[in-house]
Amino acid sequence: MTASDILPAQEYLIHFAQIHECFRQPEINALAKRHSLPLVWKSYSNASPFAIITLPSDTDARTIISDSILAKAIYRLLAHSSDYDSLHALLRSRPELIPETIRKATFKFTIESYLHKRSKSSQRSVINGFAHLPLTGTVTLDKPEVKFTVFEEFPGSPGIYRQDGPTNPISVGLGVFLSHGSRSTIDTYDLKKRLYIGTTSMDAELSLVTCNLAMAGPGKILYDPFSGTGSFLVTASHFGAMTLGSDIDGRQIRGKKPGKNVIGNFKQYGITSRYLDGFTADLTNTPLRSTRFLDGIVSDPPYGVREGLKVLGHKDPAKNGSGEPVVVDGVVKFKEPDYIPPKRPYSFNAMLDDICRFAAAHLVDAGRLCFWVPATNEDGIEMQLPKHPALELIAVCPQQFNNWSRWLLVYERIPGELDSMQVPEKQAVPQRATASELNNFRKKYFEGFNQKPTSPSTE
Amino acid sequence: MKILTTNYLACAVKTCKSEPAAFPLHFKDAELAREELELNPEFIKNVLPRIDWPALAQTAAELGFTTLPSQKPENLDEQTMKDLHTLLMETQVMEGKLVCGNCGYEYNIKEGIANFLLPNHLV
Repeated sequence: MTASDILPAQEYLIHFAQIHECFRQPEINALAKRHSLPLVWKSYSNASPFAIITLPSDTDARTIISDSILAKAIYRLLAHSSDYDSLHALLRSRPELIPETIRKATFKFTIESYLHKRSKSSQRSVINGFAHLPLTGTVTLDKPEVKFTVFEEFPGSPGIYRQDGPTNPISVGLGVFLSHGSRSTIDTYDLKKRLYIGTTSMDAELSLVTCNLAMAGPGKILYDPFSGTGSFLVTASHFGAMTLGSDIDGRQIRGKKPGKNVIGNFKQYGITSRYLDGFTADLTNTPLRSTRFLDGIVSDPPYGVREGLKVLGHKDPAKNGSGEPVVVDGVVKFKEPDYIPPKRPYSFNAMLDDICRFAAAHLVDAGRLCFWVPATNEDGIEMQLPKHPALELIAVCPQQFNNWSRWLLVYERIPGELDSMQVPEKQAVPQRATASELNNFRKKYFEGFNQKPTSPSTE
Repeated sequence: MKILTTNYLACAVKTCKSEPAAFPLHFKDAELAREELELNPEFIKNVLPRIDWPALAQTAAELGFTTLPSQKPENLDEQTMKDLHTLLMETQVMEGKLVCGNCGYEYNIKEGIANFLLPNHLV
């Protein structure tokens, strides 16, 4: 037994889902910050579903986990070690590790094994190994007061649970169940059950995680400048935020059939009172006045693979900004009821820069900007991480596909006014260029990445 | 379009950005609707410091709501909270126009959704 085997009572074990591993710590960190909790990580690995943290109390542990999408549950950790012999030795030598308050309670034992399958009899023998604990309550399988859980992790390949694999775990622990995370919310917001979706609607799990990273919560205002069918709006509002969305294509907000639109989705989930508004607008010509009123910005900007990224303006730069409206046969074209303003291709990197500038000018202190960008495998993300003196990069989370990836970038607004910061001049965007010249990702996408491409749409 | 939203909207034309007359936008031919929504006291409390009160008072007056106090309330008692909720969240403009006081550009509102896309001679 080593000193590190002796655990203070405020250690907690988070049981994570073994998915989107790079997002798990940032999600819990964001939830800790949202609830002002002094979280400390004691052990964490992307290769393990079990992580150990410290927090002041069981109540705080329940709070931090309640909105987590990537955590299955949280446990008060009583003891942990590298193998069962030393774990039992530790528990025998330090009976105070089992708090007095739970010794008389009704209880049951369960096992969470990672990368190992146990038969019923094998499970029973592991559980019987804990018979020496100073417990005087009765065993009750139906609604026990205390649920003891044995954690064991085995060496092996991720995701492959073997019955005939190594018999010795690499780590073991004993905890008391406190509370579940919010993984069932993924099913509630499943795109297959949603009334109104589009071809690029983000799946429920990553929409919810994105909104957690933006610290969406009660009392806040979140905005999506490329809201489309409103995936981020409903998931941010799920966590209690008031949401505002805009899109250059107003039909996306309005929908095609009655009820099948962004408001319809809010009605479906019973969160209508948290939908602030949707309006038709282009981020490069935003009607939102320059005031810092947003707590968060969440977005999956159009990659421009299908149609090319578009902003307002004629593709012939000579026809823009004249101040003189187009008049044909005495009719002022833009005043026609069915008038559709011309749109031109735009550079993806310029759009990322525009998003950062917009965020710097509209986020409150410590407000968050979370948005997704695509990358080819050869370039990686480092090539194009946007920078702004008022924005601190908090997390960079990749989602890998066959031959491309997309990355969630999380920034936090550094306190202070923009006047006091060295904001570089906006770089000129080439006016006459094709969609592919303006977007390296799109170009490589159509060049095929040399393999059969997976579709960058998320369905 | 909720009244709260209009407190954050100015004319989208770049040359109007620095013009005081471009905010707030003015409603024209506004068709109002009221939708009963759950009161969210935490939100009202948080959003109040971020409201431009003179602009809100002007928008409210133009729509015929003249009972708004001339100064931003310092204490949010229950009645003030309810009144603000009714004006900011429940009162919505379903059809009409938002007009810039500087350049005169008219933004259409249809089915509660305002359209801020500009023709190319203004971008």
